[in-house]
Amino acid sequence: MNATRLFLGDRLGADRTGTDDPAPRRKRRPGKSPWRSPLAITGIVIIGVFLIAAVFASVISPEDPLAQKWPKYQSPSGEHWFGTDQLGRDILSRVIHGTRISLPLALLLVVLAMVIGTVLGAVAGYFGGWIDMVVMRCADLVLAFPAIILAMAVVAALGPNLTNAVLAVVIVSWPTYARVVRGLVLTLRQSDFVQADRLLGASGWRVLAVDLRPNLAGPVAVLAALDLGNAVLLLSGLSFLGLGAQPPAAEWGAMVNAGSANFDAWWVAVFPGAAILLSVLAFNFLGDTLRDALDPRTARAIRK
Amino acid sequence: MSTSSADPTVDRGTPRTAAPRKGAAPGPRAARGSHPFARFVLVRLSVGLLLCLGITILAFVLTHAVPGDPVAANLGDRAQNDPAAVAAFKEKNGLNESLPSQYGTYLDNLLHGDMGTSQQTHRPVWDDLADRVPASFELALVAIVLALVIGVGLGIVAAVTRNRWPDRIIRVVSLAGVSMPVFWLAQVSFYLFSFKLGWIQAGGRLSPGAIPPEDITGLYTLDSLLTGDTGTFGEAFSRLVLPACVLAAFNIGVLTRFTRAAVLEALGNDYVRAARAKGLPEFTVIRRHVLRPALTSILTVAGLTFGGMLAGTVLVENVLSWPGLGQYAYKSALNLDLPSIMGVCLFVAVVYVVINLLVDLLYGVIDPRIRLS
Repeated sequence: MNATRLFLGDRLGADRTGTDDPAPRRKRRPGKSPWRSPLAITGIVIIGVFLIAAVFASVISPEDPLAQKWPKYQSPSGEHWFGTDQLGRDILSRVIHGTRISLPLALLLVVLAMVIGTVLGAVAGYFGGWIDMVVMRCADLVLAFPAIILAMAVVAALGPNLTNAVLAVVIVSWPTYARVVRGLVLTLRQSDFVQADRLLGASGWRVLAVDLRPNLAGPVAVLAALDLGNAVLLLSGLSFLGLGAQPPAAEWGAMVNAGSANFDAWWVAVFPGAAILLSVLAFNFLGDTLRDALDPRTARAIRK
Repeated sequence: MSTSSADPTVDRGTPRTAAPRKGAAPGPRAARGSHPFARFVLVRLSVGLLLCLGITILAFVLTHAVPGDPVAANLGDRAQNDPAAVAAFKEKNGLNESLPSQYGTYLDNLLHGDMGTSQQTHRPVWDDLADRVPASFELALVAIVLALVIGVGLGIVAAVTRNRWPDRIIRVVSLAGVSMPVFWLAQVSFYLFSFKLGWIQAGGRLSPGAIPPEDITGLYTLDSLLTGDTGTFGEAFSRLVLPACVLAAFNIGVLTRFTRAAVLEALGNDYVRAARAKGLPEFTVIRRHVLRPALTSILTVAGLTFGGMLAGTVLVENVLSWPGLGQYAYKSALNLDLPSIMGVCLFVAVVYVVINLLVDLLYGVIDPRIRLS
């Protein structure tokens, strides 16, 4: 799972030459927005559908996600599109209600990791010295563990529930931001506009907040967008292992796990898992698009 | 030592520009030294060792300074209400001492090859790990070979056919690969190929009740071949296929994307245009002038992928009842089995550090600029 983090961090770096430019360059009119690409549109549509499902979950889901009904394990039919599970609960309703757990939590933990990582990374990069040493050594340490194993250990130590799972994912996610931001700050620190502001008597904190923050926003936003998919994957993975959401919560990962009890009832696991796959895929489509839209190197290539 | 020298992950991002910093870390005196490569190795080794020490501290803090109660997790209800039993349990596991002293004891034992006793299996953690590691290693090895061959191959094809239909298909497929919930893929493919279609055996390393081959390497496929037991080899191999493919899927996505990016970057160089201009066949251009420079970034990812595989085993092994490290880690985590969790964390993290070290050293071998700068 560390490869995920690497893959994330790197999509800002080496991979940007591999811009997933959505259409052949020769066909593209100059300045055409990457948001018009088929991948971006697919991503927006999927996320839109999930968001609507989350907001109107109780209106559109056919049944109460916790209502148990006899007989259990009904296969998909006109009445239950996705079938029912081991307690006779309607899986479509549970998948719809699952958006209310996975999406807001993924958003929350990505924002937390982003804020913590960015602040620590910027402070480390700008002030250097022992702060830099301590912060970056901590980042090294966390990154020395595969994300899911460390997250597992954290959850096991704190007790298995959804809050602790979110906390664990934040703990394993912040170093990526800290590293990227520190690198950026190290380069930006030397630039003329920062030097000029320093000469005018600006404090370090002012430089960070006023001069550097706008320059960091783009890359950090891309990183965060790409991280959303990973957040969903990690969180549902922990729930799948029984270390995140606890029954009877309608959480996608936990629902997939419920499907392993009875392989005859394939629908119990297939639909929640497909929801995870679709949402992660959509986040990744959007993350790639955002990168293409904000990355100056790519932008130049498009204008060429 | 400059802080940049201990920053492997930042370097991973842009290996070709950032990597020389590592060699440069010791400063101008190193450049004048008689063995720059030896010095490079030494610096990397000491950073690795420090990281290992940090890992033991983190693993220790995580498992000792947190609210989880090992007494409640390991003793039954009756034993918990019996003060004598609780006291005996605490005494036996050293839970009465102060944290620094517990850590000191742990580290001391560790240096003597003693990782403590699992509170779950009542066996030395070291023995438990020794039983489990070969199973995960066998799985990860097959998976990484699969991922490398398919991932790098697809990445090259995608880069060469950039923006034409093979590239577009490969791009969507690789994105799907990195977006795949591994546990779901494991479950669905088990259902489909094993349960429903019956094409392949899966679940466990051998069929229930089968006798494992004589323990030489711990890898069932290799051991059965060495002992000439083709029946067991077929069995072990067929049960390996499904988990290995599932484990490879995510990493194929990662490797494809990286290879494509690295090859595209290399393709943009003027010397590639020069090679084409002088009339070299396209195949030779790709092999000699594009793949060589792309190799360093691909190597980094490949090294990390192997570490990532170990993590992926947590999810895959639990679904497909593969008796490896991942399953052990999960069971220990659920039971708050402190010595075992620390053992697994320590083992996996050290493997990570060692792989990083190997990748760094291989850089030095592949790219002379790094070791000489």
